Amino acid sequence: MHDVIYTLQDFMLHTKNITYILMGVGLVAYVAFWNFLTGKDDDHEAAGKEE
Amino acid sequence: MSQDAVKTKFFPPDRSFYTPVNMVVGCIMAVGLLFTVLRFTGGLSMVTNLDDNYPWGLWIGFDLMAGVALAAGGYTTSAACYLFGMKRFHSAVRPAILTAFLGYALVVVSLHYDVGRPWRLPYPLFWSQGTTSLLFEVGLCVALYLTVLFLEYSVTALEWLGLKKLRHIIHRLTLVLTIFGVILSTLHQSSLGALFIIAPSKLHPLWYSQYLAVYFFISSMFAGLSMVIFEGSLSHKYFHDKMDDTYLGEHDGVVLGFAKGASFIMFAYLVIKVIGIAMDNTWHYLGSGYGMWFLVEMLGFVALPGFLYAVAVRDRNFGLIRKAALITVLGIVLNRLNVCLIAFNWYLPLEDRYFPHIGEIGLTIFMVTIGVVAFKFIVTRMPIFYEHPDYKESH
Repeated sequence: MHDVIYTLQDFMLHTKNITYILMGVGLVAYVAFWNFLTGKDDDHEAAGKEE
Repeated sequence: MSQDAVKTKFFPPDRSFYTPVNMVVGCIMAVGLLFTVLRFTGGLSMVTNLDDNYPWGLWIGFDLMAGVALAAGGYTTSAACYLFGMKRFHSAVRPAILTAFLGYALVVVSLHYDVGRPWRLPYPLFWSQGTTSLLFEVGLCVALYLTVLFLEYSVTALEWLGLKKLRHIIHRLTLVLTIFGVILSTLHQSSLGALFIIAPSKLHPLWYSQYLAVYFFISSMFAGLSMVIFEGSLSHKYFHDKMDDTYLGEHDGVVLGFAKGASFIMFAYLVIKVIGIAMDNTWHYLGSGYGMWFLVEMLGFVALPGFLYAVAVRDRNFGLIRKAALITVLGIVLNRLNVCLIAFNWYLPLEDRYFPHIGEIGLTIFMVTIGVVAFKFIVTRMPIFYEHPDYKESH
């Protein structure tokens, strides 16, 4: 990647490259976060039923 | 109703009027009324520091922008309960609708102070429709949504007043009103952000984005959910005796469900904010003073409470959820103030920057106090935290 952006094509290429990588990372991170958020739900449900 | 009955209904005899809290509230009201007289006799310049650079000040940044976002609990809660069928949240609907109704009502009252000629507020609706203007859309949506919230809230007031027939008619409209409310909220919550798209040269690049409308709408969702948790925890402390077994039984589930929802949405918000920076290629601003301030907002008031919510939901830690809700509410206020005031005209020298006049701060405190007093007046008299015995079967 060039250090200086000369044209709209350069700009779009530069920003889109980074954005697509971030979107991929974001989607994977989202799944991980969802698992973290709901990780103990089954335990709490089981505990609730026992009570 | 006889005069004595009205007096007893509105002013229960078992309460002393001269409490320390009432005295403070009385002082705020007196100062607020004084500023009101100054505003409407001397004009905006008597009580504001607004000028050509800053035609929108604290009353728009806080009272309107933050007020509307924090009142989003109305549409999120009623949509969850009536549209998505999550009936376990039913007991949270009335407090959320009341908070939203009072919030929007005070937004409109504040607008009467902020608009130069408030008697012309109906003009865009009835005389000269600016259908290409976002402000027209915001005005129309807020006017209609305030009407929707009034009708939704009126069911409670009619139960209290004993007007059964009228109450049944309006109660039948619940689903239609909820759908209408969600549509109107989607429109104007996003349009409040879209208003700033017209000013790319004035708003700091870290806050400016072509996706501002999306940011405002998504942030309003977790703002509303957090406000319901925050308001619920305060109500639990001060109005515990007004709550019935159904409300108390459902409360923990409401808090956990809303905290989980808020955490999930906040993570998404954080991701799209980062993507917004990448799309506009504004990374280099992060190293500046404004960049540090932006990171404080994003990490301290979005990422942190979102993570705290998640940890608290996992551990069933209700104290931590309340703390996260408070941080989120403060974060939304900070975000709206950043967009509207702090990061707006960011390039101006310090002497030309806006700082609110004491009259603006005083009248904002006045508005918040009116909201709190009205909320207390209603929940101590009307069936907000409990079901009216005559209508238990109708829910």
